[in-house]
Amino acid sequence: MSGKFEKFISDFGWPRIIIALFLLLLFASTPFVGVKLDTSISDTLVRVGMNGVLVLAMVPMVQSGCGLNFGLPLGIIAGLLGAVTSIQVATSFDALYQVISSGGSVGVFASALSSVLQSGARGLALFGIALAIALPCAAILGFLYAQILNRVKGEEMMIATYVGFSSVAVMCMAWLLLPFNSPVMVWGYGGSGLRTTISTEGFWRHILSDFGSIDFGNFYFPTGMFIFFAIMVCIVWAFFRTKTGTAMTAAGSNPEFARASGIDVNKMRTISVMLSTVLGAVGILVYEQSFGFIQLYMGPLYMAFPAVAAILLGGASVNKATMANVIVGTFLFQGILTMTPSVINSILKSDMSEVIRIIVSNGMILYALTRKTRVKR
Amino acid sequence: MTPPVKNDSAVHKFTGTENVKHFLISNSVPIIFIALSAIAIPISGFSAGYLIQEMLTRLARNSFLVLSLLIPIMAGMGLNFGMVLGAMAGQIGLIFVTDWAVVGIPGMVLAALISMPIAAFLGFICGSVLNKAKGREMVTSYILGFFINGIYQFVVLYTMGIRGLHIPITNPQLVLSRGFGIRNAINLTGIRRALDNALPLTHNFGHFTISIPLGTYVTIAAFCFFIVWFRRTKLGQDMRAIGQDMAVAGSAGIAVERTRVIAIVISTVLAAFGQIIFLQNIGTMNTYNSHEQTGMFSIAALLIGGATVSRASITNVFVGVTLFHMMFVVSPTAGKELIGQAQLGEYFRVFVSYGIIAVALVLHAWKRLQERERARRGLRGE
Repeated sequence: MSGKFEKFISDFGWPRIIIALFLLLLFASTPFVGVKLDTSISDTLVRVGMNGVLVLAMVPMVQSGCGLNFGLPLGIIAGLLGAVTSIQVATSFDALYQVISSGGSVGVFASALSSVLQSGARGLALFGIALAIALPCAAILGFLYAQILNRVKGEEMMIATYVGFSSVAVMCMAWLLLPFNSPVMVWGYGGSGLRTTISTEGFWRHILSDFGSIDFGNFYFPTGMFIFFAIMVCIVWAFFRTKTGTAMTAAGSNPEFARASGIDVNKMRTISVMLSTVLGAVGILVYEQSFGFIQLYMGPLYMAFPAVAAILLGGASVNKATMANVIVGTFLFQGILTMTPSVINSILKSDMSEVIRIIVSNGMILYALTRKTRVKR
Repeated sequence: MTPPVKNDSAVHKFTGTENVKHFLISNSVPIIFIALSAIAIPISGFSAGYLIQEMLTRLARNSFLVLSLLIPIMAGMGLNFGMVLGAMAGQIGLIFVTDWAVVGIPGMVLAALISMPIAAFLGFICGSVLNKAKGREMVTSYILGFFINGIYQFVVLYTMGIRGLHIPITNPQLVLSRGFGIRNAINLTGIRRALDNALPLTHNFGHFTISIPLGTYVTIAAFCFFIVWFRRTKLGQDMRAIGQDMAVAGSAGIAVERTRVIAIVISTVLAAFGQIIFLQNIGTMNTYNSHEQTGMFSIAALLIGGATVSRASITNVFVGVTLFHMMFVVSPTAGKELIGQAQLGEYFRVFVSYGIIAVALVLHAWKRLQERERARRGLRGE
């Protein structure tokens, strides 16, 4: 019996148990410090849904041996491109609809799309457009990113971090220069250059979250967002059971052996990086539709770190990650993030949540990096 | 001074074109940045006098920090992103010195003395952690920087200034109005330019005057001699052996893990001194941000100087600091002149800092692959 218990502890890992107990303690203490439990749980769940796909984006690269995807901002950028384009499309076609209503004539396709955008399917159609732009962009960026990573085997994580950072900086310049002109997006005074935050209100705010959502009193459950997250998890889960997915795992766990059995390791790594980047793009769109704002410029800079910390908190290592790691990790990490500000602040009367966040998330990453794993190369 | 090239054993004699190609590949990074500066300087329209003065100031300000990176590279531990630990220790020293109002050179020395044990302790932690993450030292030290930054923030923001309880800081100009925690910006009036102006030297070149912070340069020169001497000591030789091949060094009887920890401790303590020198030149300290930029800028500068993750010389440091800061001074203005948006130049500067490190790391990995190929061809005698 005790042996079983010890095995459970060692499987689950001490840091995870400590964090889980800490989170439980935070939830349990809510009534005593005047924080509403239902609001807390609801907030935690919303944030799990928001961040879930971003954490899921770690899995393919970890499995194929490319390490933790610190280059997540690359996928996020593709998602942001899709997001701003969809809003630009909405503004342009709204203007076109005005022309049509006042008797002007336009092409069949344009008039069809502009009337769809005036119907009840407006949000879904726009979100679809955002995805349709984001996915190919992410696939292309991911392919290029993979070409770099395949040439720097063994140094992926450090290079990924700086590739992510530099791409964010490049896009900072692009957001200023790209020819968007929708008045809801560009700076009011200059007439050019996108704003730092753009509201998705009136476009696709809560398009997934509000689908079949449960709402009573202080409790809100974003059903649609969770269904979407579940579908994405299932797709990735199923993918790793296909022939390509298995080959990818093999390429990650033992590249030499994989090559000997006829697997093109570089090709598998390329596919995994593309998949991770695409998931990053989808993830940020899910995040934004719930958050209600698109954050441009330096917004995506540090977004990889919470996702990395979350999957590690869920029990993943630098070269192995499962769907359970994603779900458990996201819940634990976002739980800590949601609960510490409210609970700790009402106890200590000062905002220590930022410091706790820094220590917990980076401590988790450090723990994973220093665990005894087979030395690669 | 530079360690022997690994493929010395190659039997094959290389032809002239091959050697030129190899030279270009090994110095690709500085060459690219010299070319970029050559384009950007005329566009920016800065005068030669201004640029020379800027470079002299910035060389004095940053060289010591960048030099502190050399020893871990020698020991084969890559770029010590954990140097921010030392920078934090240096800042803690400066907080105390400012609180006690010790001014001038004695203030700097006292700050260095206070920061030394803190930096040594943090360096010991860093070294021990890195021993558990062999082969991925860089990313680990990078994350460790973030982690210790969290603890630094906790100490400085929540424990400093609580009377009688933790660390007594009494100067109301340092403590936040709520009664504990250090303010975001600290004015280092007491030690501002103390070392720079210790040996004043100005020279008039007709239409412009150049002032040289000689005191700082003397310190940097002394440090360079220390590094040259250190390489010849038993410990320095051990580190180079470990840098070449950890397993061979281990079987030759060198205490690998202990030597690696010592390398990081030395680097961290020196980084603490470097940060004190850096901040005495700047004159104000951003309690919660100054150290974050330190690591990135120092590493970017060293890499631009043509250093690699496994090989760096003193020349690399000075070339790198000059080229990096040339870009730093010139690029916003050049960007503004070219495209006409002030904000754009600002983002371009951010891009340069991040992009440089990305490009240098990628080029290094790619170059290592090329060199491996070249050595292999040499051995085959083709």
